[in-house]
Amino acid sequence: MKLTETLTDLANPTRFLALTARILPWLAAMTAILLAIGLYQSAMAPDDYQQGATVKIMFIHVPNAWLSMFVWSVMSVAALGTLVWRHPLADVAAKAAAPIGAAFTFLALVTGSLWGRPMWGTYWEWDARLTSVLILFLMYLGLMALWRAVEDPSRAARAAAVLTLVGAINIPIIKFSVDWWNTLHQPASVIRMGGSTLDKAFLWPLLVMAIAFSLLFVTLHLAAMRNEILRRRVRNLQMMQASRVAFTSEAGAGPKEIGAA
Amino acid sequence: MRLSGRNLKCVRGGREVFSGLDLSATSGEALAVTGPNGAGKTSLLRVLAGLLAPAEGSIALEGGDAELSLPEQAHYLGHRDALKPALSVMENLSFWREFLGGDTLDADRCLAAVALDHAAHLPAAYLSAGQCRRLSIARLLSVRRPVWLLDEPTSALDAAGQEMFIGLMRDHLASGGLIVAATHLPLGIDARDLRMGGAA
Amino acid sequence: MSALAALIRRDIRIALRVGGGALIGVLFFLTVTVLMPFAVGPDLALLSRLGPAILWLGALLASLLTLDRLFTADHEDGSLDLIVMSRTPLELACAAKALAHWLAAGLPLIIATPILGLLLNLDGTATLAVAATLLAGTPALTFTGMIGAALAVTLHRGGLLLAVLVLPLSIPVLIFGVAASQAAISGPLSFGTPFSILCALSLASLVIGPFAAAASLRHGLD
Repeated sequence: MKLTETLTDLANPTRFLALTARILPWLAAMTAILLAIGLYQSAMAPDDYQQGATVKIMFIHVPNAWLSMFVWSVMSVAALGTLVWRHPLADVAAKAAAPIGAAFTFLALVTGSLWGRPMWGTYWEWDARLTSVLILFLMYLGLMALWRAVEDPSRAARAAAVLTLVGAINIPIIKFSVDWWNTLHQPASVIRMGGSTLDKAFLWPLLVMAIAFSLLFVTLHLAAMRNEILRRRVRNLQMMQASRVAFTSEAGAGPKEIGAA
Repeated sequence: MRLSGRNLKCVRGGREVFSGLDLSATSGEALAVTGPNGAGKTSLLRVLAGLLAPAEGSIALEGGDAELSLPEQAHYLGHRDALKPALSVMENLSFWREFLGGDTLDADRCLAAVALDHAAHLPAAYLSAGQCRRLSIARLLSVRRPVWLLDEPTSALDAAGQEMFIGLMRDHLASGGLIVAATHLPLGIDARDLRMGGAA
Repeated sequence: MSALAALIRRDIRIALRVGGGALIGVLFFLTVTVLMPFAVGPDLALLSRLGPAILWLGALLASLLTLDRLFTADHEDGSLDLIVMSRTPLELACAAKALAHWLAAGLPLIIATPILGLLLNLDGTATLAVAATLLAGTPALTFTGMIGAALAVTLHRGGLLLAVLVLPLSIPVLIFGVAASQAAISGPLSFGTPFSILCALSLASLVIGPFAAAASLRHGLD
């Protein structure tokens, strides 16, 4: 099977590093081109008859909001990889994705509140969607704090994987409760953002931006995974250096693969 | 310099650990405190270090710095190494060197003396138990204190480490220091024996 | 002086490194504040009225939570023994540790306040008032909380017990902190009166805290 071969190939961090080194420049270039096209199209898109130019925040906000959830699903798959298949790169993938996901979520929050400002008159309204995103942001931060709290990556990996999966199950429940809480307190008077069907003039730039941002995520994620792999190698080398007695030679202190840990 | 304790009694948790204990040690002399588990070796060292108040008796250090109390002129090497895993080896040592103050010795040389100079910039979390102990011992060297209070100093040390530490203790005694060490194993240096029994 | 500077530097470094807890306090502050609207409802007018109280409670709980390890960490690894034995007076060492804790864990709470003020619909003046009262009041929380942290070493137990011990002590700070913020927002009192009392409380705790903590540590070691 070609696919399984590729997967086993990728499981080897050295191969992963070599492969991503070749792919990353292309990915980065593609991301830049698509982002440029998307931004141009967004700028050229007509103003909304109700919201005016503020509607263009949507072209940034929606891809970020979408990615904020997509990254968590990527992390959940990686968490399964850690717990079930014990794939050596799964934890690296999950850990590298968390700060990027948190950044996208943060951008979704900021753009959301900027978008809401002209409509609500305040930067923040406890709107159901925005509030759910805020909770997602808190969960990202919590997960990052968990990784930071445990020094040994292999020990942190399983705890973080369990938390990620619990989060994945809980996010819909939280979303539902927040919706319920919100409608309980604020009957239908809220203006829903982007509620109506989208005009084609908006749809195309939005689609391009969504793809561009997804590519941005893939690029950043691969780069972050490389950094994480290298960081763990440095850690392993340091531990080897620590255990080496001062006056013995460096015999046997060659670089060793990470991953199996 | 002369360290002496008269009629010391120690009570911990309502239980009398030892009583009527006399001890003395002079400059250049080592006192090896021996005895079975529970005889109060650690308690005695903590009483000398000022970490535990004796129920009775008095402790005096004659000939030291009159401005300073005994604990302020002593190093205490307890069971725990007083290291922060988040800090590097050098940061750990430098902190104690700056915090304890007094006559200090170059930190690099102290690390070299305990064979940890190769790990100076590494986090202390990466050190083994024996290496942690070595780093702890480097603290004794980095700041000059005439009195060394050692609790099982050679536990966790390998043969080379014990050899090294014996050398360091000899140097300390030769420079006019004095040592009180609680130990199960032979100290490896000439020492007067202070036997603590359960029935004392 | 260099000994105290070294102690402050070490504690801040540990708090900010991997495994340190400084930023978790801010995260806790954020989470507690976000929870409040779910309990009281999303009415912005109500939230802006409750805002200072919510922020003060959040900051109080967050600073208490991180205080737990102030002395126990040093006690567990044996550092506390050496600090007690050292030539630095224990009172000063305690004050230095509390100062380091406030710099690493208390100051970030104040920096986070404007963002949380936004969530609670506080306007500029109100946010500024809350931040100013927190700046003046959180040292009091840290320095009185330190007494509890020192007792926790003696009792070999932290966490909830620490909260039970320290929370009553922090009531005056809470009263005058919230009163000063409310005064700045809506009156009728002038901001100055409760704020001066808040500053006085902080200054008093700066003196009482280290002495009480040092006394408790000295008698609590075994």
